[in-house]
Amino acid sequence: MLFYGTELSSRLMLGTAQYPSPGILADAVRAAQAGVVTVSLRRESVGSRAGQAFWSLIRDLGVPVLPNTAGCHTVKEAVTTAHMAREVFETDWIKLEVIGESDTLQPDMFALVEAARILSEDGFKVFPYMTEDLVGAERLLRAGCRVLMPWGAPIGSGKGLNNVFGLRALRAHFPDVPLVVDAGIGLPSHAAQAMELGYDAVLINTAVAQAGDPAQMAAAFRLAVEAGLIARAADPMEQRDMAAPSTPVLGRAVLA
Amino acid sequence: MRILVNEEPREITTATLAGLLDELGYGDARVATAVDGAFVPASRRASWTIDEGARIEILAPMQGG
Repeated sequence: MLFYGTELSSRLMLGTAQYPSPGILADAVRAAQAGVVTVSLRRESVGSRAGQAFWSLIRDLGVPVLPNTAGCHTVKEAVTTAHMAREVFETDWIKLEVIGESDTLQPDMFALVEAARILSEDGFKVFPYMTEDLVGAERLLRAGCRVLMPWGAPIGSGKGLNNVFGLRALRAHFPDVPLVVDAGIGLPSHAAQAMELGYDAVLINTAVAQAGDPAQMAAAFRLAVEAGLIARAADPMEQRDMAAPSTPVLGRAVLA
Repeated sequence: MRILVNEEPREITTATLAGLLDELGYGDARVATAVDGAFVPASRRASWTIDEGARIEILAPMQGG
């Protein structure tokens, strides 16, 4: 599966925020064998070189970066932030976030489509953080997106896949579009479930960063994503409501 | 000249955006700039004249999800 023409080294995308220390972040990225790491842009107090130290740590890890527009609430903010990120991180990939509601951090699909159109026309390769809305997905594709990133649940909630039906419908409607579950995954089992549904990748941050042992949790997610990917390719059985004996009935002794 | 840098009031002597970054000690730091809400690429900082009361944003790489 290609993401804008690029084959990722793994289907696990990892966020870089909220780790106890830069060293633990680096350990987690290595343990995850992440295919992509997400990064951001923020103000830095004059004289502080925290941002420069962070950038040199990320560069040393050698993993492709996906800058985000986190915290943007309008098309203008998101587009300007994307341009600033393109220059700083030297990539035209952008994880486009336009937040519409502060309690759930739900994407504003209307503003998202507009920002995606503007950025795509300007040569950006847009990874839109979206709800699992089918019509919104169609509009984003028409706006130029070649990857879609529906949420599993609200960012940082750890609730897993809130709307399995909706995610399955997206997968079925867009069989050839790379799909990534972004946000809300709390456990490796959630990540495996997303991959079993046929998603091409998952993006995890809080579930790894806030674990008691982030590097170990990153390793667990790596295994879960791989297990889900292999399981999907192996064509899972259909569910049924009633039991069906697995041991052959034929040849059973009559002992009653 | 009084301007706002990342919403903090500052008195500056330079007239250009490149001069401002030097004056603030950013030197060769990897940062992106915006003036009054619009992106200003690094290639245009030297010729970009700052007006009184300008709102400058200087952003650096940071952790993100």
